[in-house]
Amino acid sequence: MTTRRTAKRSSLPATGFVPPALILIAFGLLTGGGALAQTSEFDAALAAFAAAESYPAKEAAAGLLIASGDARAEELLTAFLDGRLYTVRGSGALVYAAETDAGYSIVDVVTGDSGGEVGRRDVTRVTINNSLRGSVRGMLASFGLSHPDPGHRRRAIETVALSGDLGMVPVLEALRTDESHRGVRAAIDEAISVIHLDSTEHATRLSAIAAVRSNVSTHVRTKLVQLAGDEALDKETRDAASSALAAIERRVEGYELVKTMFFGLSLGSILVLVAIGLSVTFGIMGVINMAHGELMMLGAYTTWVVQQIFPNSIDISLFIAVPLAFCVSAAIGIGIERGVVRFLYGRPLETLLATFGISLILQQAVRTVFSPLNRAVSTPSWMSGSWEIVPGLDITLNRIAILVFSMLVFATLLYVLRCTRLGLEMRAVTQNRAMARAMGIRTDRVDALTFGLGAGVAGVAGVALSQLTNVGPNLGQSYIVDSFMVVVFGGVGNLWGTFVSGLTLGVANKLVEPAVGAVMAKILVLVFLIVFIQKRPRGLFPQKGRAAEG
Amino acid sequence: MSAARSLLIQHEQGGKVLLAVLAAGAVIVPVCNLLVPETSPFHVSTFLVSLLGKYLCFALLAIALDLVWGYVGILSLGHGAFFALGGYAMGMYLMRQIGPRGVYGDPVLPDFMVFLNWDALPWYWYGFDEFWFAMLMVLLVPGLLAFVFGWLAFRSRVSGVYLSIITQALTYALMLAFFRNDMGFGGNNGLTDFKDILGFNLQSDATRIVLFLCSVLALALCYLGCRFIVGSRLGKVLMAIRDAEDRTRFIGYRVEHYKLWVFTLSAVIAGIAGALYVPQVGIINPGEFQPLKSIEIVVWVAVGGRGTLYGAALGAAAVNWAKSYFTGALAETWLFVLGGLFVLVTVALPQGLVGLSARLRGLFRRPAAPGASHG
Repeated sequence: MTTRRTAKRSSLPATGFVPPALILIAFGLLTGGGALAQTSEFDAALAAFAAAESYPAKEAAAGLLIASGDARAEELLTAFLDGRLYTVRGSGALVYAAETDAGYSIVDVVTGDSGGEVGRRDVTRVTINNSLRGSVRGMLASFGLSHPDPGHRRRAIETVALSGDLGMVPVLEALRTDESHRGVRAAIDEAISVIHLDSTEHATRLSAIAAVRSNVSTHVRTKLVQLAGDEALDKETRDAASSALAAIERRVEGYELVKTMFFGLSLGSILVLVAIGLSVTFGIMGVINMAHGELMMLGAYTTWVVQQIFPNSIDISLFIAVPLAFCVSAAIGIGIERGVVRFLYGRPLETLLATFGISLILQQAVRTVFSPLNRAVSTPSWMSGSWEIVPGLDITLNRIAILVFSMLVFATLLYVLRCTRLGLEMRAVTQNRAMARAMGIRTDRVDALTFGLGAGVAGVAGVALSQLTNVGPNLGQSYIVDSFMVVVFGGVGNLWGTFVSGLTLGVANKLVEPAVGAVMAKILVLVFLIVFIQKRPRGLFPQKGRAAEG
Repeated sequence: MSAARSLLIQHEQGGKVLLAVLAAGAVIVPVCNLLVPETSPFHVSTFLVSLLGKYLCFALLAIALDLVWGYVGILSLGHGAFFALGGYAMGMYLMRQIGPRGVYGDPVLPDFMVFLNWDALPWYWYGFDEFWFAMLMVLLVPGLLAFVFGWLAFRSRVSGVYLSIITQALTYALMLAFFRNDMGFGGNNGLTDFKDILGFNLQSDATRIVLFLCSVLALALCYLGCRFIVGSRLGKVLMAIRDAEDRTRFIGYRVEHYKLWVFTLSAVIAGIAGALYVPQVGIINPGEFQPLKSIEIVVWVAVGGRGTLYGAALGAAAVNWAKSYFTGALAETWLFVLGGLFVLVTVALPQGLVGLSARLRGLFRRPAAPGASHG
């Protein structure tokens, strides 16, 4: 997931600046008047900038660029700061250049057209010195500070805070009085406190230190470490700094714990999801379905197929894939039950072997049909990215989505088993097959539907897994041992047991992980399970009464 | 009861056939490999000798599993772990025998330890330069693990499906552990690049033949030993446990003790099979711990016919021969064939190939399946 997202992000800067410029031009053409004036003002400033030889001349031209209020000015000056701005030898046109193996690939500043690759000697960098860099940075900050978009303003404010420039405090204070957005106002306060950490006044510094106690940014932490260790400062300041630092560290630790717990719950929800279908077939019917993992794999492949059929609607593809995966896996599950498993009731170990055979057949079938290579399933846009609860604590959206999804599947399954006629019949057949049959329940139909339900839930779990791991023929195998563990730990035939045990094992795994590493954590959890089964051979929540026998 | 008696007779016949085949193999294979010239159509290549030796090891492993599954009803999905542990013990001895001939030329440390910048041999590698010690470990390590595991499991009456699943967890946990580099067993790559055993070059034809003969001998002895056990009074108790565990307990037998004893013995046999397997194949890696491998062993036994011992050996040889053939000739279809075989055998041939041959010969109208009533 991560790589996919980074790939998307990294492609942004290369093309991102073109559309705004084009839109602005288009906008200018449509509205005429002021915007057109703005455009010409920008062009004039650009010409002045390109012509400027000396640093003062460049500074003046940069000021003109900013004054034009054109969004392109920001892009241009940022490139200037980063040393990506070049002039073409001969024509003198300004270009953005990125270094390649042979020379530079250039993009025209004005038109945004790619100029292809040029040699090292065909372009010269627009030079910059430190004082100019400082003033351009200031100009950019003020430009960003007055940007109409609050998010943009906020980022500009954060940059200002990092600069630690005490001269910016009055500017920020002035901005604060005009600011209507609450979040931006808070950011300004935060920035003022951060800048005030450098203040030489005792009282200001102390109140600043007190104000940043909840700020977990690395910049603030470095500053506080400096303050706490600065022998030239008075003891009160140093103590305040170290206490603030300790408070921040505690907060960070708290965040880490919350994150670990969340990762644990997330892993747990995945375990619940993969085990819950098994809990139906294994727990309720007593059938060990070794093909369970392959039914999940089929669900994952269904997602892939849906995305291939509707490549333009990735965002809603999952909503189509979930019911479809349920139907595909359920149909195959019912086929397995009618074709093989029903001949083997009462012989669980033989069932294990036969379903294992089926799992091999399904794997090879997928290999033959879809090739043995992994397939990439796209993540819908609403599931990618992360949610920042507070600064320093963010959680990826796809994990939240899967957590919620897992709860939904669990609730639905619980509803089906408790409140529907099918569920009633299933429980009746589980408790006393002969009696159920005598009451007129068609037990073999119930058997097939129960198996189908378990298989269908596996397919649905596969849709979720397709968002987390590679979709390939071996997808199912890697989960089969885990899912059996969850069911056995929870107690066979108990949906709630599966739920609790999945979440417990997930959280336990993630809590142990930082201390001993991922593989060791898994081994420890397995060993714990083996020992646990000795103590409670029927799991956490064993069935009581007659159902426990047999 | 007549069915049971005729089963016993048939059992004898099958066992006799197995021993006869082993004896014939022990004579024909060395002669055809060493004395018949390579140009002759009767020449048995060294590759084939090793392949047959490998099948013998698998057959031994299958007999070990059949002893617990076919006669006591303990379906272990972790027998591959005992096999691999025996193999690792042998592999460690062979690694120490390489000495300074490794790529890095370190006189004591195996190559992978030098590669990982280890300064000294870990304590659990001590003693493996002695053959007798390594052989002791081949028996002790799987035996001890099975003893501890079985003692815990049988004492708390974990049985049936639960036991199968925790044995699977056992081998899975061991696989994860052996994959780690800092365990000191070569991590992912395992132990390989062996040079010689007891001073004899592993690549030479004569050594291969001797290893093959050892495998024949081990298989024959273990088969006879197991048959002795299942034919004795003890064997009757074991089968009673398989068919009605609670009843046997109520009669006054300490079911746990019987189970534990047989389970440990079976693990030891599996360890021996692993130890014979490694020098003939030339490598041991954590892949042997895969739960899938252990399930395959169960399939050999099921295909051959559980509860007969010789059927297990037959199943191991037959399935592995089919595997060699199909993966070579029709790689795509192998998993279809294997999967189909599982389904077919469990649904249509609960007694495996042995049951099929019996049915074909019309000796029984409907063979009584050992343990069919109690999975």
